Amino acid sequence: MKETLWTLAALASHWRRRPGNLGMLLLGLAMATALWSGVQALNAQARNSYDAATAAVSGGGARTLGSSRSGLFDQDLFVKLRRAGFNVSPVLEGLVRIGEQNVRIIGVEPLSLPRRSPIARMRSRADLIEDFFSGPGRGFASPETLRRFNLAEGAQPLTNRGRQLPPLAALAEAPPGAIVVDIGVAQHLLDRHEKLSRLIMADDETLDEARLKSIAGDALRLVAANEESELDRLADSFHLNLTAFGFLAFLVGLFIVHAAYGLAFEQRLPTLRTLRALGVAPMHLVAAMAWEIAVLTLAAGGVGVIGGYALARALLPDVARSLESLYGAQISENLALDARWWFSGLAMAGAGAVLAAASGLLKTLRLPPLSVSRPIAWRAEHHSYLRRQTALAVLALVVAACAYGFGKGLASGFAVIGLTLLAAALFLPVGLAGALALGEHVARRPLARWFFADGRQEISGLSLALMALLIALAANIGVGGMVEGFRQTFGRWLDARLVAEIYFEAATPADAQDIETWARKQPEISAILPVFRAKTRIGGWPVDVFGMTSHETYTAHFPLLDAEPNVWTALHDQDAVLVSEQLARRLGLGVGAMIDVPTSHEDWRARVVGVFPDYGNPKGQLRIDHEKLKRYFDDASGIHYSLRAAPDATPRVIEDLQQRFDGKIARIVDQSELKALSTEVFERTFAVTTALNTLTLIVSGVALFASLLTLSEMRRARIAPVWALGATRSQLAGLEMIRVLAFAAGAAVLATPLGLFMTWCLVAIVNVAAFGWRLPFHMFPAQWLVVLLIALGAAFFAALVPLVRLARSAPTELLRVFSNER
Amino acid sequence: MKDRRSISRRSALLLALSSSGALAKGFGGLADKAPGFAVPQPGTPLVFPKDHGPHPNFRTEWWYVTANLSGADGASYGVQWTLFRHALEPNATRGGWNDRNVWMGHAAATSTSEHLFAQKFARGGIGQAGVEATPFRAFIDDWVLETRDDSTGAGIERLRVLAGDRDFAYALDLTATGPIVLQGESGYSRKSETGQASYYFSQPFFKAEGSISLHGRKMQVSGRAWMDREWSSQPLGPDQKGWDWFALHLDGGAKLMLYRMRSVEAAPHLFGNWIDAGGATSLLTGEDIGLEPLETIRIADRDVPIRWRVQIKSRGLDIKTQPLNPRSWMGTDPAYWEGPIRFSGSHIGEGYLEMTGY
Repeated sequence: MKETLWTLAALASHWRRRPGNLGMLLLGLAMATALWSGVQALNAQARNSYDAATAAVSGGGARTLGSSRSGLFDQDLFVKLRRAGFNVSPVLEGLVRIGEQNVRIIGVEPLSLPRRSPIARMRSRADLIEDFFSGPGRGFASPETLRRFNLAEGAQPLTNRGRQLPPLAALAEAPPGAIVVDIGVAQHLLDRHEKLSRLIMADDETLDEARLKSIAGDALRLVAANEESELDRLADSFHLNLTAFGFLAFLVGLFIVHAAYGLAFEQRLPTLRTLRALGVAPMHLVAAMAWEIAVLTLAAGGVGVIGGYALARALLPDVARSLESLYGAQISENLALDARWWFSGLAMAGAGAVLAAASGLLKTLRLPPLSVSRPIAWRAEHHSYLRRQTALAVLALVVAACAYGFGKGLASGFAVIGLTLLAAALFLPVGLAGALALGEHVARRPLARWFFADGRQEISGLSLALMALLIALAANIGVGGMVEGFRQTFGRWLDARLVAEIYFEAATPADAQDIETWARKQPEISAILPVFRAKTRIGGWPVDVFGMTSHETYTAHFPLLDAEPNVWTALHDQDAVLVSEQLARRLGLGVGAMIDVPTSHEDWRARVVGVFPDYGNPKGQLRIDHEKLKRYFDDASGIHYSLRAAPDATPRVIEDLQQRFDGKIARIVDQSELKALSTEVFERTFAVTTALNTLTLIVSGVALFASLLTLSEMRRARIAPVWALGATRSQLAGLEMIRVLAFAAGAAVLATPLGLFMTWCLVAIVNVAAFGWRLPFHMFPAQWLVVLLIALGAAFFAALVPLVRLARSAPTELLRVFSNER
Repeated sequence: MKDRRSISRRSALLLALSSSGALAKGFGGLADKAPGFAVPQPGTPLVFPKDHGPHPNFRTEWWYVTANLSGADGASYGVQWTLFRHALEPNATRGGWNDRNVWMGHAAATSTSEHLFAQKFARGGIGQAGVEATPFRAFIDDWVLETRDDSTGAGIERLRVLAGDRDFAYALDLTATGPIVLQGESGYSRKSETGQASYYFSQPFFKAEGSISLHGRKMQVSGRAWMDREWSSQPLGPDQKGWDWFALHLDGGAKLMLYRMRSVEAAPHLFGNWIDAGGATSLLTGEDIGLEPLETIRIADRDVPIRWRVQIKSRGLDIKTQPLNPRSWMGTDPAYWEGPIRFSGSHIGEGYLEMTGY
């Protein structure tokens, strides 16, 4: 032990002499840990919120009965089931708008709520329940929800339909983003008289399906515990995305650690030899180094985990808003992480450090006490290294091909991307070596020949950093291409979808009639297009059904991916539907296929006459003829309209409507506002992706810097002879710079097709699996140029410090190479 | 009149709900003034069948059935069926979820070795629980006390009562063999010297027949049942801590109802009513009644007397009671002891004992 301690002290003295090296090592480890644990924190936070949301009402894992037809069912079914002895509790959920925010309303019946439901705990709090369903009632929201919506306890906000909420009260158990009210209050607020969304079954209830059928017919069906969280599963893809990025960043960070540790190893080689010569056993050396790594891990990992926490805090609002706008999932913005998260962050840092330092440790173990340098031996080693890299690259490609051929869904998509990136990274040194060998072959002048030959020797040292750079560049091109492609597609799609100038929602169907009557008389309004909607469920998936009238607004503009020739005539005259891309993919339907649509009465069999893109919608969507919607769906909304008006008359029409029908209009927006809202949702969705992408690129720049620093240290021994032969220091520094830039350019050039492949994987595999839609594949050469410049810039700045040092190094330092052979 | 006997066990049962914390304010204010609610007035005649139904102007009321049964296997059983209505605020009956009546049901089935019970809560207004006078029907979920299909009259002469839970169920036909008995002054039952009162009547003459099943084992049973009806708005004083209540079927056809109110501060008050086989009532005063616990057992962390000596001096009655099952504990909200008993001594017979506040 004593020996280990003294060895440790001797080794540690290195860090005092080289604080820059220590800083780089700590920085790399801290960055890797921060990015990884930051992403994990975001995921953990979201998952906690989902669990809280599903568990808050039913107690988690509860079985529920839901409508097997449209979204809601009659309250009468609840009464019938209770009277038949079924121990069920009613729930009505829906959204109201308060000011500019959507607030989820959850109506519960406290007397029948299962005991394990967290909300049911209010039963034991007299002060809470006493007014819940007497007097003006109560609305329970978590303190955080109240803060977020800027609502005070006791406040009674008005919804945009003019309904007043009961006085609000804070209840920690309330699910994030929701206000829990009595079922009767919810029916009033949501204007769903005597309607329910689901029935929670008591814990011990065994469902007698035959009896259920005899009482409720086929109006109700058992909703499996996991089916209810359909949206969570969709959101899973989002989290997998984040995890993939976090892992990528972690790997890139490890390159830094590897480079920094490699540098330290290089620089400490004489010390190690001396220690060995003094009789320190290799095991003791390794033990001391392991201790050193443990201390570094604790320090850097600790900083990294704290950094991860900060990162998560910074990104959480964007993530929360993305998940909310994408999936309607409410994420608590109070970052609360348990000990497990902190520990796993440190463990990841430790594992990374050991992995990055492994080669150094192994070399130490094998280190002969006396050794002469064998400058020529590298050649044999180099060849076997290249062979190994090639073999691994081919293996990775084969596995990637298998994943593509046999795998399905998101995981396989990411596997294909990851393995291809790995294969390309592994192949990079091989390719560079080939190019340099070619150069050496072609070159005539001795200095040029040396340049190429020496470059080949340098590859193995730089390869890890170059691989990191390659991966980061490819990811940048890949993700950038996907995001930019999506942005363009989305923009065009919005333009086509949002043709009408004005969109409004009336407070009630009766109000809607009044407004419609008035609007027909207005000369500025050229068309009144009701867009009534209803809910149903197809293949266990929530589907919105929208009505469409026959109008040029749709026939000329409505974007379709695929359609029958006379799609619009067929839609209105026949039993025909348009299905969203997501729904079509999920059900495996194409144009011409038949679909059974559950309606309020019975299934309606219709032909699919067109498929339309519906980006960003987690639910399925059907578009049917307006009249058929009214006929088949009793609970069709009857309040949503689009208006066509001359663009310059639009502001006046909106003002007229608002003045005339103040309380009767729940919401009114013009086209540009709606587009701005949609675009904002889009930008938020990719804000996190872009942020992580940029961070990864920064980390890889640091990795390159760290590697070059290591190399410059090692390279002095190689440059000194060339200098001795007459090449000037600045000439040598210039050559060094050219080499580094060439390597970086090589990586950027290889990164471009790789990035394109990644874009393709993202739009064609990952997005389809994650969201259910496929984007057109776009290429953005301007982006590639930017990436190339970034790569060259990163390489330039990374090489600058060591080269300036070389150019300025005193001749004695170079001479020392010959006197002090290592 | 000093009649305080109808400071009924049920009103106090509701009071006890306040200590359970659940629905505290709603149920707890029974001793409070009840502005906005109707108050019972002496001299108001009870009208049937109307008064079998609910009285929404009053804050609280209940429908209560107990039955002593013997099975085809020779064993004895008991069942209890109770429905409470409580208005959270005046004019509570509004229909839909706006209704402010809360309904509570308790049911139990007892044998010598088992005491199985369940409770239910429901909101009024949506059809999940309620009472209708004609034809008479009281229900909460799938528990019902209602006029039988073969009944021709509009009263409560021929009823059936159903309740059950996972482990037990019962279904009994109840057939009245005697008249309805008005308690107190023609149904006006004074609660205190300060004017608290309730309306109160009973039907103690039910013949019961049907089946009971415990843990899936079904048994034909027959015996006697007793039904109580009471409604009021502010029936209780604040210092009452519990009571011991007896409803006894004497062999020979007479019925005896008596109880002891235990007060925090004052000495216990004893009350009673002797109902002869024809339904004629005689009120019993405290001096006439002797009640003495003979044996106490530990149950649910409480000491509960389960054997009693009962004396009615004017009637020469001196009996000792024995529970069918000493562990007839209702672990409901609130918790109390209620179960079938047998007695012997100067008279023999059976009945129900309820003890609260232990």
